[in-house]
Amino acid sequence: MHILAFLIRRAVQAVIVMFVISLIGFSIQDNLGDPLRELVGQSVSEEERDALRDELGLNDPFFVQYVRFLGNAVQGDLGTSYFFKRPALEVIMDKFPATFELVLGAVFIFVTVSIPAGIYCAIHRDSWFARIIMTGSIIGISIPVFLTAIFMVWLFGVELGWLPAFGRGDTVALPWGWDTGLLTLDGWSHLILPSITLSSIMLPLFIRLIRAEMLETMGTDYVRFARAKGLSTSRVRYVHAFRNTLLPVVTVGGLMIGTLIAYTILTETVFQWPGMGFLFLEAVNRVDTPLIIAYIIVVGLIFVVVNTLVDFVYTLINPMVKLPGAKA
Amino acid sequence: MISWRGVFKRFLSDPVAMAAGLVLLVLVLMAALAPLLAPQNPYDLMQLDIMDSEMPPAWKPGGDERFLLGTDSQGRGVLSTIMYGTGISLLIGLGAVVVQGVLGITIGLLAGYKGGWIDAFLMRLADIQLSLSTLMMAIIALALFNAAFDANTYADYAIIMLIVVIGVAEWPKFARTVRSSVLGEKNKEYVDAARVIGLPARRIMWGHILPNTLTPVLVISTIQVAEAIMIEASLSFLGLGMPTDRPSLGSLIRSGFEFIFSGSWWITFYPAIVLVVLVLALNLLGDWLRDVLNPKLRRGDN
Repeated sequence: MHILAFLIRRAVQAVIVMFVISLIGFSIQDNLGDPLRELVGQSVSEEERDALRDELGLNDPFFVQYVRFLGNAVQGDLGTSYFFKRPALEVIMDKFPATFELVLGAVFIFVTVSIPAGIYCAIHRDSWFARIIMTGSIIGISIPVFLTAIFMVWLFGVELGWLPAFGRGDTVALPWGWDTGLLTLDGWSHLILPSITLSSIMLPLFIRLIRAEMLETMGTDYVRFARAKGLSTSRVRYVHAFRNTLLPVVTVGGLMIGTLIAYTILTETVFQWPGMGFLFLEAVNRVDTPLIIAYIIVVGLIFVVVNTLVDFVYTLINPMVKLPGAKA
Repeated sequence: MISWRGVFKRFLSDPVAMAAGLVLLVLVLMAALAPLLAPQNPYDLMQLDIMDSEMPPAWKPGGDERFLLGTDSQGRGVLSTIMYGTGISLLIGLGAVVVQGVLGITIGLLAGYKGGWIDAFLMRLADIQLSLSTLMMAIIALALFNAAFDANTYADYAIIMLIVVIGVAEWPKFARTVRSSVLGEKNKEYVDAARVIGLPARRIMWGHILPNTLTPVLVISTIQVAEAIMIEASLSFLGLGMPTDRPSLGSLIRSGFEFIFSGSWWITFYPAIVLVVLVLALNLLGDWLRDVLNPKLRRGDN
């Protein structure tokens, strides 16, 4: 029952957020650029323009136009890109696999590095290696992601020439219309630098967070009792203490999704990675309004879905969860 | 109670904080006195010569002693553009934090002091805003601004837009901090006393509670300036921030990026170093301030 109440509450929240995003999307469409000019150019007379405007429904009241926009959006019609002359949603979704695989690579690096490093720094807090990691992490926090990217391109791409620094390399088309770079060696080698870059900005933050949480839980009563009960040190550390450091990590992770999406734009720009972020910046430079709107709506949807999932996972792994909205 | 003399003593005994403070002082002076110190005015087209473009630093073969750190593609001295650019970055960073502070302190005071549904509503708003990510909101806001106006109008208002966008997007951090200190303060005797003698809520909030919440505000301000400078640099690098003829450190890096491949690394390298050093110095100072003034506040918590 509690889970159900929680799910309904989250669903309502998600709908409200999507409603606000759709309003923003619509007001952009309403105010930015003139669809008539894109359609017919300059040479059409004023009467014809008016007739066309009526026909397209551009003279309807705001509310009517918004409902039409929403109706189309729900059916997956977000307008036609001015530049590509194709449905905007289709153009965006073509680029989705590239961004998804980049994020996947980054998350993989980031989980396999930050968790061991954070635990190590908590357990051996005074060792010289832990100190190096902690000092490195404050320097890491101070380096913007695009500088890491430029440095990677310069060092490994230009100076050493070890790894390709631009694009995605060879991709293989999967039957459901998904171009993957993960099935070719070339694709993997292209993925390395961008995903290291994308993970680098989150790493220091999470190493510090995991270390701090781990230190705190290791001092709590239940961990000390577990040890007193005779459980092995490693069991206490990794099962009892670490499990509870996961909670704040998941929470902060959820908060970082928006930031992660923003960093994909920066990373993709430097590496010319053909993903959604790179496409978005191109669309901005070309004032391709339907594409800008489609990006905002797709990203908003991803954001809402992932956030809801994160909240859900949180309730699953928290042993003493108090679901919001449920009576304790 | 923390005495400022004690804080200063601890500052003098901490080499890292001293170094960070010194570096910051040098950078601020360099930026503030740029018109006097810079070997060249990079905005004065009369002083530029296209023949000087893409010169390496002075100690490299082909370098010119007029341009210590080399020149960019338009013949501007990299050292001079960095001096001016640091000023613009600092200006936007400080301006954005002032906007954040004013908004955040007002909202935090209101939420903490009034409580009830006002508090619940404002804090929920803060949660949503925080989860949306400042950089993402700023990218979208500036992308729209960029698409809606022509390049000249955009260039004229870029500084103001950056300050407002970064300022508005980051208010929740101040609001949360102030709110939690207000909650700690508002049941103390001096507040009761002020209420009993009939002072209006506005005066109690601003005149009596606020001064006692300023320590944590000071702590996060330093880190927030660093954050704002980083966000501005990222935006400018994407071409959504300062235009290249009035560059911040981020736009300098942007304009140098394409020349890395032809070997002119110095156009990007030196502004990048200054940016990292500036942000690092602010972060180190902020960390130090936090440890000294407020041991309970931890970085991971925001």
